[in-house]
Amino acid sequence: MLTALGGDQIARMSAVHVRRKNLHAIVCIKSVPDTTEVRFNPETNTLMRDEVESIINPFDTYAIEEALRLKEAHGGKVTVLTMGPPKAEKELREAVAMGCDEAIFLSAREFAGSDTWATAYTLAQAIRRIGAYDIIFCGKQAMDGDTGQVGPGVANQLEIPQLTYVFKVREIDLEGRSIQVERLLEEGREVVETRLPALLTVVKDINQPRYPTFRGIRTARRLEIPVWGAAEIEAAPQYLGLDGSPTQVIRVFTPPKREGRVEMIDGDSVDAMADALADRLLGDKVV
Amino acid sequence: MDLHYTPEHEMVRKMVRDFAEQEIAPTIKEHDREQSFDRGLLNKMAEQGLLGICLPVKYGGAGMDYIALGIACEELERVDTSARVILSVHVGLNSMTLLQWATEEQKERYLVPQAMGERIATYGLTEPNAGSDVAGLQTTARRDGDRYILNGEKMWISLADVADQFLIFAYTDKAAKHRGISAFIVEREFPGVETGTIHGKLGVRAGNSGSISLQDVAVPVANRLGEEGEGFKIAMSALDNGRYTVAWGSVGLIRACIEASVRYANERHTFGVPIGEHQLVQQMIAQMVQRRDIGELLCLKAGWLKNEGRRNTRETSMAKWYCCDAAFDSAADAVQVHGAYGYSDEYDVERYLRNSKGAVIYEGSREIHTIMQAQYALGYREDRPLRCEMPAYDLDEWEAEA
Ligand SMILES: Cc1cc2nc3c(=O)[nH]c(=O)nc-3n(C[C@H](O)[C@H](O)[C@H](O)COP(=O)(O)OP(=O)(O)OC[C@H]3O[C@@H](n4cnc5c(N)ncnc54)[C@H](O)[C@@H]3O)c2cc1C
Ligand SMILES: Cc1cc2nc3c(=O)[nH]c(=O)nc-3n(C[C@H](O)[C@H](O)[C@H](O)COP(=O)(O)OP(=O)(O)OC[C@H]3O[C@@H](n4cnc5c(N)ncnc54)[C@H](O)[C@@H]3O)c2cc1C
Repeated sequence: MLTALGGDQIARMSAVHVRRKNLHAIVCIKSVPDTTEVRFNPETNTLMRDEVESIINPFDTYAIEEALRLKEAHGGKVTVLTMGPPKAEKELREAVAMGCDEAIFLSAREFAGSDTWATAYTLAQAIRRIGAYDIIFCGKQAMDGDTGQVGPGVANQLEIPQLTYVFKVREIDLEGRSIQVERLLEEGREVVETRLPALLTVVKDINQPRYPTFRGIRTARRLEIPVWGAAEIEAAPQYLGLDGSPTQVIRVFTPPKREGRVEMIDGDSVDAMADALADRLLGDKVV
Repeated sequence: MDLHYTPEHEMVRKMVRDFAEQEIAPTIKEHDREQSFDRGLLNKMAEQGLLGICLPVKYGGAGMDYIALGIACEELERVDTSARVILSVHVGLNSMTLLQWATEEQKERYLVPQAMGERIATYGLTEPNAGSDVAGLQTTARRDGDRYILNGEKMWISLADVADQFLIFAYTDKAAKHRGISAFIVEREFPGVETGTIHGKLGVRAGNSGSISLQDVAVPVANRLGEEGEGFKIAMSALDNGRYTVAWGSVGLIRACIEASVRYANERHTFGVPIGEHQLVQQMIAQMVQRRDIGELLCLKAGWLKNEGRRNTRETSMAKWYCCDAAFDSAADAVQVHGAYGYSDEYDVERYLRNSKGAVIYEGSREIHTIMQAQYALGYREDRPLRCEMPAYDLDEWEAEA
């Protein structure tokens, strides 16, 4: 009986019926040195990191793009998250300029020196604080640390399924809580399905990231980005930063170039040269 | 005074750099060789919002400041001059002039679609027989009731064949010399407007330049920009903005020369060492860096004055004069650093050299700027306030929605 209902109640009822489930995607991005600008000190054989501009880890731009496409298809919002030093806030604003709606900045002294385990723990704690979500996106790996462990680590901490090396999101059902993707493997593609929420790490070929927009830049200029430390994410201090890290990176260096030697094999015919090559390989116990 | 770029400036730089490297660089050699204008690029620039970069959001623009405009010009010309020219004529010479001089109705009708990149605009001052000597122009506009009848020929107009609307300067009163020139907004669709393309240019070959012929073109009085007789002042104030974009672009061209020369100097060996170790090669590179730094500072100063809403005719002229000469000298040195390879289109530096020469001629030739600077110094020239001044950049006003 319609007349028995107040305006609010009607609104609420129809909201229940009409409301489509909206997507909430969280994208984890890492601020990394721009390697196109990294200079090499040839004497010490090390990277000269000071002065180098930081950028969004290139793989993470694909993660952002995929999240934005899903948002455009399903409605909802994208939250971007990073843990890093104060200057990494710039990368969050850039993600907002691309179209992300909200940003959370994990930046505090106690996070410094985190290995992949501590990083995953810290990110997972932050995601718990953020609340309900459908998908977490990570890049395949970071340009500098390069381990590819953080994404799976976060999924593990949150006890949600992980889909790594995702090449294509085939289907996503927010009501039925499932997702089907194609993974790019060395031997080919693999189609897998799992329940939501899930964590995806994406490969380069999944899409072509968009440019930031001027509207996005204007939003980024005004957006207040919360900065969270250990207290805000209710983290256990013994799991944070250098002290909470089982792995300590002692030294990072570029191995000396291997000096190769070229030897040309002569012969009258291809067969003769192939025989000579086979003899050499057998003689040197290579085969 | 503050010399640092804001985070927004950095984001604009990165956006335009990525855009130029992905959308322009891969095909530029081909377009340059074939003298073909990439219409698709114009659409992409429009989609990206670049065609309204420093215009208020309420007029369909992107709401950035005048320094952001400069940075975009720098990053576009770092890849190719033809892309920067689009901003120079569409934004600098035309749209900013409308922002400064147009009535609200004119802004709604012409500026908004330009800022949104839906209609392309250019600036028609030069004629076959009048370039530096603006008062020598021959195009006329005869008043006929509520319209003007325009007759004449424009020459060397960038985007002539591409633009949808033109800012045309013509005499309404020949006897009054430069006080008898008026400015008109002319649409391509007006009967009697024809355009043609100029081929065989030394540089900016991927850019469109052409002629505009006006034969008994009826232009509504409502399309007159400013008052009758204000055309010369309008033309000169437009140049304050066009020259600014050219100056910034030249800094980008110098940057490209430095990047190419440094790369090559590290690769190429003579007499057992990379050529970068020869002091005479170092001198060429050091001078390019010096020119880039001086040029950037001159541009920043002009941009700061614009943001503040202060008159900048002298400072902009200085930036344009210096940067364009500096870009030409740098490109010549970049070819030199590359030796014979620099003389071939296998490398980009020969294109930089051909492109850089144009800017020493257009938007006030080197000689005109030399004379202007001398006149300021000697006290022969001073800038008087204008009836309509270029508005200072105001963040809140620029970002406010309609
Ligand atoms: C050269 C170098 C070598 C290193 N080697 C090791 C090592 O062997 N073992 C080890 O435990 N640590 C190592 N570290 C430290 C490691 O970089 C940090 O633990 C880092 O926080 C994450 O590891 P990663 O860079 O390998 O990222 P990956 O695991 O490769 O990153 C995968 C994805 O996780 C997300 N992600 C990663 N870091 C962050 C972040 N800070 N904020 C938000 N999202 C993020 C991004 O989506 C990223 O694409 C190394 C660091 C450097 C610079
Ligand atoms: C690629 C390109 C794009 C252009 N785009 C546009 C455009 O979009 N819109 C537009 O209106 N015009 C455009 N122009 C035209 C340009 O602005 C003119 O070429 C310029 O103003 C010079 O005029 P001019 O060619 O007639 O040379 P002239 O004025 O004939 O000058 C010839 C030579 O004499 C010198 N000279 C002239 N007067 C003096 C003096 N008093 N003292 C000393 N030396 C002097 C000049 O410096 C020059 O070296 C463009 C030109 C080029 C090359």
